[in-house]
Amino acid sequence: MFNYLEYVREENFPHIWCSGCGDGIVLKALIRAMEATGMSRDEAVMVSGIGCSSRTPGYVDINTLHTTHGRAIPFATGVKHANPGLKVIVVTGDGDATAIGGNHFIHAARRNIDLTVLLYNNYIYGMTGGQCSPTTPIGYKASTAQFGNIEPTFNISGLAIAAGASFVARADVYNAKQCEKMIGLALEKKGFSLVEILTPCPTAFGRRNKMASPVKLMEWLRDHVVSGAKWEKLSEEDREGKIRSGILIDVDKPEYTEEYKKLTEKLRAV
Amino acid sequence: MKKVIMGNHSVSHGVMASEVKVISAYPITPQTHIVELLSEMCGNGDIDAKFIKVESEHSAMAACVGASAAGSRAFTATSSQGLLLMHEMLHWAVGARLPIVLANVNRAVGPPWSIWTDQNDSLSQRDVGWLQIYCESNQETQDTIPQAFKIAEELQMPVMIVLDAFFLSHTYEIVDIITKEEVRKFLPEYKPEIKIDTKDPHSFGNLGGPDVYMELRYMIQEAMEKGIDVIKRVDKEFEEVFGRGYGLIQPYRCDDAETILVTSGTVSSTTRAVIDQMRDEGIKIGSLKIRVFRPFPFEEVFEVLSKAKKVAVIDRNISFGNGGIFYQEIKSALYGRTDIPIVGYIAGLGGRDITPSVIREIADKAIGDDKPERYINWIGVKK
Ligand SMILES: Cc1ncc(C[n+]2csc(CCOP(=O)(O)OP(=O)(O)O)c2C)c(N)n1
Ligand code: SF4
Repeated sequence: MFNYLEYVREENFPHIWCSGCGDGIVLKALIRAMEATGMSRDEAVMVSGIGCSSRTPGYVDINTLHTTHGRAIPFATGVKHANPGLKVIVVTGDGDATAIGGNHFIHAARRNIDLTVLLYNNYIYGMTGGQCSPTTPIGYKASTAQFGNIEPTFNISGLAIAAGASFVARADVYNAKQCEKMIGLALEKKGFSLVEILTPCPTAFGRRNKMASPVKLMEWLRDHVVSGAKWEKLSEEDREGKIRSGILIDVDKPEYTEEYKKLTEKLRAV
Repeated sequence: MKKVIMGNHSVSHGVMASEVKVISAYPITPQTHIVELLSEMCGNGDIDAKFIKVESEHSAMAACVGASAAGSRAFTATSSQGLLLMHEMLHWAVGARLPIVLANVNRAVGPPWSIWTDQNDSLSQRDVGWLQIYCESNQETQDTIPQAFKIAEELQMPVMIVLDAFFLSHTYEIVDIITKEEVRKFLPEYKPEIKIDTKDPHSFGNLGGPDVYMELRYMIQEAMEKGIDVIKRVDKEFEEVFGRGYGLIQPYRCDDAETILVTSGTVSSTTRAVIDQMRDEGIKIGSLKIRVFRPFPFEEVFEVLSKAKKVAVIDRNISFGNGGIFYQEIKSALYGRTDIPIVGYIAGLGGRDITPSVIREIADKAIGDDKPERYINWIGVKK
């Protein structure tokens, strides 16, 4: 059996997550992916913002930086710049990265700076008790959309692709093995890489939307998320209402800190 | 009608009764209940307002600025990191002279992360030009909202209402709920002299060169100074309708007091209980609650404190490199006019409880210390 204990800070357990929360599944997938890539833990830094998802670094025994709401990416940008040799992992939520921190998210993708961003998308602000986020689907309820949300949502992966990210994948916690694989690929990719991970929040999202039981939310993921290979075989009609998972883009582009180094070397060589 | 409600919801009821037209907010603990209830009220028609969900506190205040400039009564609520993120827009609201009302739930600032109370969030906004009123009970919190709108609209200045996290925000108390109909007798409809209006166009947010900038700043200070009388009058007018008034400051058993403890927020009521106890023991002690912090009520404070032999200020905040912020303000109110020793005590940061025994310790220290050497005394710091 996989020994997770080697990677966690036991003293910080029990964790803060509700029973049925998907965040713990991501944590385990991440740990397995870290092990599989064989990365050095001493050279890894995990940076997070604020939210239930952003509590993840508290449990992982590597260098961690728990920052302010929405700002994990700029903090991480500072870390990466100061020491480009570090593997910098950002853990963030849909609210953290695409509401209050949306600006940083698109600009980091545009620059293609070498960060691995794990964005836990639970369609809600979990930590503050269930307010509408930029991914709360139309018609769904939140404490600030008690009569149903009317705002169109962000397609987070689409946003990152459009902004210029070099690697974007979508995963979900029902398919935990695939989630682990996508995280591993993102960790190994040079450049801005995003894994958008769909994860259930029974407490703040499910309860308001007739899916109070964590099982219901897991079934929802099972029934809605379709992996890339299967997606290709679906007709346009059958794709309706479904979400494609797997790798969405994987391209090689100049990475920001490397370009910066090259420029500096060029200027100093003169 | 009387109801048992939490501090946060007393803010929401005050906002509803003040017939606010635009509410814009971003959630943050321990404020969130305020706007969640308002969102529900907007939905069910209890209040005829637009609720704007935004993507950060910075945007929340920006939306309030826009709504207020367009002639609507605007409100937001926040706390701690959220208030700090608003900072740029707080300045804007003042410079643009917009009567926005904001409720801030006092929460300590990170790191380390804390959701518990202290006053450093609001007090670090001391110099931006918002009026600041610190509340002590749910009733006072609710009642202060319509008062704040009336003051704000008359002075064309934004007003911040401040309440302690958890000790007030989450505490349930009996509140006599005010209604729109009653408040109409007190608070007239908001009719700004200038607003964004296509029929009468104005240009907002222009460049102000060195030839005008200073005059505009002078006018802000002038409005602040005028604020003292306006707040007093508005409080009286409120009392005429509702039978409750709160004043700029609240002295308690100060008439013959040799020692006076200065407090703000919920610590004030705990302090009064300690004062009663000490009075029973024959100790001549009183307390003074500072309700209105900006504009600072210099004269009123001097009036009360100058009769004492010693003043002890309890600060749930700290200005690093100086000391307690209320302490500094009290010192400047008494400076050059009396030589009473004033001693500062820092207590209760990050939500550490200020219990009656903590207050007793401060009182005993203040009384026992004839020549206090240190102007800043830390209470209960672990070695
Ligand atoms: C400046 C600021 N505003 C608001 C908050 C309050 N806050 C903490 S977490 C959070 C939302 C988190 O939602 P998300 O990023 O989706 O993460 P989740 O909890 O759902 O994992 C908010 C609004 C804060 N900490 N700082
Ligand atoms: S509130 Fe939601 S996201 Fe937060 S721990 Fe609970 S289930 Fe998870």
